[in-house]
Amino acid sequence: MSGKPKLHYFNGRGRMESIRWLLAAAGVEFEECFLETKDDLTKLQKDGSLMFQQVPMVEIDGMKMVQSRAIANYIATKYNLYGKDLKERALIDMYVEAIIDLNELLIIHIFQPADKKEQHLATIVDKATNRYFPVYEKVLKDHGQGFLVGNQFSRADVQLLETLLMAEECKPDILAKFPLLQSFKARISNIPTIKKFLQPGSQRKPPLQEKDVPKVMKIFH
Amino acid sequence: MSGKPRLTYLNGRGRMEPVRWLLAAAGVEFEEIFLETREQYEKLIKDGVLMFQQVPLVEIDGMKMVQTRAILSYIAGKHNLYGKDLKERALIDMYVEGITDLMQMILVFPFSPPEAKEKNIDSIKERATNRYFPVFEKVLKQHGQDFLVGNKFSWADVQLIEAILAVEEKIPAVLSGFPQLQAFKKRMSNMPTIKKFLQPGSPRKPPPDECYVETVLKVFKK
Repeated sequence: MSGKPKLHYFNGRGRMESIRWLLAAAGVEFEECFLETKDDLTKLQKDGSLMFQQVPMVEIDGMKMVQSRAIANYIATKYNLYGKDLKERALIDMYVEAIIDLNELLIIHIFQPADKKEQHLATIVDKATNRYFPVYEKVLKDHGQGFLVGNQFSRADVQLLETLLMAEECKPDILAKFPLLQSFKARISNIPTIKKFLQPGSQRKPPLQEKDVPKVMKIFH
Repeated sequence: MSGKPRLTYLNGRGRMEPVRWLLAAAGVEFEEIFLETREQYEKLIKDGVLMFQQVPLVEIDGMKMVQTRAILSYIAGKHNLYGKDLKERALIDMYVEGITDLMQMILVFPFSPPEAKEKNIDSIKERATNRYFPVFEKVLKQHGQDFLVGNKFSWADVQLIEAILAVEEKIPAVLSGFPQLQAFKKRMSNMPTIKKFLQPGSPRKPPPDECYVETVLKVFKK
């Protein structure tokens, strides 16, 4: 046993990607066990390894943790990425929860039926540019600091960068009206642990391709 | 200004009900503002008080908090309902997140079309009895303690009692295979702050009805 966290999920982003980002940002090496077929999932369920029969599951510090938010909360706290007090945590939580809302839209985009895809993309762009990005642009403008909360690197910065990059994959010029988010993106991308994660060969996963959708659906349905 | 937390939402359960439960369980009095018209909602947006243009909104300790989980985490942390250390918090988080997934089915139920309602009740029953309740039945059986985590009242207990009662409203015999949960329900219901919350006249909201659904669609329709 290596002592490293071990992630159980399919070989793609989904609900595990934010956890990969967080571990990587914290400089924590981790192992991965990929579900390829429904049998792989069934086996984990039968083992009793999945508290609510679902993945993501992360083996960490003697626990088999499930529920992506619980896992992310644990990692963020353990590695000091969750602010210095209750009020900073409150801010981080508010920022992160909204990012998760936007992420949800991005995650499910590839699963939309062909006739709904264009409309869905329009919704993503609308929400990103009218509801979410302006908030973070303003936060950065108002305090003029390098990080979102408390002048210190936190999970809010990690998760925002992850989402900015995913949004750009959907629409490359989506940050056109957000100069501070653009400089934020450049700055956070240059943090050594993140820079390493952004390089080819890291455990960062590529976006799901259309051709892989049936395989993923088979595992979970 | 009273210093009490102030909740802004519709006059109904929705996404604010867990917040009402947690504040009540912690013995914290709070005020409520109810959204009844689209104009009120648009005014809130225009005033810039809703960070992401959404409710729930809870004004607490000088903050205008949004995002239900952020609000609940803050209240739990502030009122010692979040375990004694990181590992207890991890357990509480896992339990709460699982329960929240079950509650999500209940949350959306009133908005499903009439022809889907029976099937949705079956889904809720299936998930409750096969996926979620067995976990908590087993947790309670294994440690034999009164509370889910760390032998101490926590956010997880509040969330579970809320969920049990909500599911029972739809499926009255749902706890029939779960003796530990039956005892848990009785125990929690008798805790003074919760007992008070369960009495008529408390801030607890009734189950959503057609009028509530209409108000939601009216206020939030795009």
